Amino acid sequence: MAGRLTLYIFLAPVLLWLFLLIVLPHLDLFFISFQAENDMGDMVWSLSNYQAFFTEKIYWLTFLRTAMYAILTTILTFIITFPIAFYITKVLSLKVSGFFTILLLVPFWVSELVRIYGWMILLRESGVFNHYLMELGLIDKPIEMLYNDISMIMGLVYTSMLFMVVPLISSLEGLDDSLIEAAYDLGASKLVIIRDIVIPYIMPGITSGSIVVFMLTLGNYLTPNLMGGKNSLWFTEQIYNQFIASFNWNQGAAFGFLLLVLSTLIIWIGLRVTRQNLSRALS
Amino acid sequence: MKLTGMLTATALLVATSGPALSAETLKILTWTGYAPKVLVEKFEKQTGIKVEPTYSNNEEMIAKLRATRGSGFDLIQPSQDRISSVQEKYKIYQPIDYSKIESGQIITSMLDAVKKNTLVKGKSYAVPFCYGTSGLVVNTKKAPYARDYDALLNPAYSGRISYRLKRPTLIAMAFAKGDDPFEKYSDINAYADLMNGVGSDLMAGKGLVKNYYANGDALLELMRSGEVNVAMAWDNGGWKLHEENPDIDFIAPKSGALGWIDTFAIPAKAKNVDGAYKWINFMMKAENAAYFTNQEKYGTASKGALEHLDAKIRANFSRSFSEADIDNINWYPPVPAKLESIEGKILDKVKASN
Repeated sequence: MAGRLTLYIFLAPVLLWLFLLIVLPHLDLFFISFQAENDMGDMVWSLSNYQAFFTEKIYWLTFLRTAMYAILTTILTFIITFPIAFYITKVLSLKVSGFFTILLLVPFWVSELVRIYGWMILLRESGVFNHYLMELGLIDKPIEMLYNDISMIMGLVYTSMLFMVVPLISSLEGLDDSLIEAAYDLGASKLVIIRDIVIPYIMPGITSGSIVVFMLTLGNYLTPNLMGGKNSLWFTEQIYNQFIASFNWNQGAAFGFLLLVLSTLIIWIGLRVTRQNLSRALS
Repeated sequence: MKLTGMLTATALLVATSGPALSAETLKILTWTGYAPKVLVEKFEKQTGIKVEPTYSNNEEMIAKLRATRGSGFDLIQPSQDRISSVQEKYKIYQPIDYSKIESGQIITSMLDAVKKNTLVKGKSYAVPFCYGTSGLVVNTKKAPYARDYDALLNPAYSGRISYRLKRPTLIAMAFAKGDDPFEKYSDINAYADLMNGVGSDLMAGKGLVKNYYANGDALLELMRSGEVNVAMAWDNGGWKLHEENPDIDFIAPKSGALGWIDTFAIPAKAKNVDGAYKWINFMMKAENAAYFTNQEKYGTASKGALEHLDAKIRANFSRSFSEADIDNINWYPPVPAKLESIEGKILDKVKASN
């Protein structure tokens, strides 16, 4: 009985926290997302906020664009971080690998904003890269490298690398080296080893890393806005605009829930297609 | 013994922490630069009230107070045109008690205009603080012929143009077309038509734009480095750049600079209302208002500040504004509800277009 009581006492703050700060506000937003102003200026129950998403081309196109770029970012992040994770866990000695993992973490000790401004200083027309390219005589006029989709994707990949590399390292550490050695003994090529042994073994790590990277990219606001520049309408920015610029909280709330539902749907489809299990990926 | 010991300890704790807790604070939600450090320290010394400024912009200020139904801050500084419709709808402000304002310190015509524009159900909700205009900031050497907002759509300056993707840009472009968007405020359909036209102009000219800048500092950096030569921006930004590089200056556009007045307003559930009035009267004192203007280069609504101003500040104004330019300024009238959502959709479309 006393044990139970202690459990409740310790659980209470967590439950209160979840309920008061997460569940309640979401319920409130959920209700206002189904309300809209009629012609008289009164609030009435309505589905028009959700309808607007599907009938106004610009809204769902923005979502589609955001989702496609988030998927692309996830794939690119995996392609870049997989060799790094493999090198750190399998090639380097144990002593050095810890040091290299720390090196990967260092950039994340400063905030995302500072990192993005760092990239902007490097890439801008009057920036560091252009300065040295001019100095070396490779170009005679500075090139604008910022404010396009490529620089935006690069920024997004850079911001999310850590969230892919950590699960990859932890699942690669569990992979017994002798499996790879045995495959070599049996004459398998490098490609076959990666495809048939390494990837299947670390699939749970890939899945959890991909989910985190996808969700963070989809919900990112800063990077697309600062590095993407004039063409970078991201779905989160639409939510911000509805809340802040248009004072239309109802529409903004509806967009927020659509983002939640649609991104969950994308992850569910992704799990089905790759035949992965969420609980196994998270364990 | 143990019990008394604990009691004394608690008593001591209460005694020592008591004064710190009850020290008066004044929470101000305002724009960057509107609560200069020197003035904050001076005010704290005079009154013993601790000032806690938070920096924001019109839209975020309103959204923040709307979320808390008017609590959390003691004083806020929105533009005068964004008060009456917001108050009618969300009731986030409380009426100003003008008997507590030392109105002798404030330029009378400006106080009257703000009172009139923030009138809701017989009560007014704001006191003027400072004013300024938006127009063009131009590198006159690189773009000698930029004289009106349509320079922002001129292929001659391709890749060297920047503006904010916000409502002032739409309004400026409508004026440049020879229209008067302020007259159409009352007719939502005509306004929507006009703004849709402006939206397609902006989409057609999008290829010429370097970037839509997000805040004033970002623009200053773009102009300083020569990446942008023509921009729509606030006058004080242009004058700040002029001090560093005489080629760059603020130009009052032919179709009229857009004039705004920023105010003091008190949130509905402000805790330290007395402190808020003290701060208003303190900031409007001639020498304090003049310090603010010398620092930030915005015009002030304080009556006697003129004689405390640097000569440079006065030169700025007379260089950028002729008599005719001053008459030509289009002052923002109060924004009726519903316009924001029309503008919001157009701005989204412009940003999404290729």
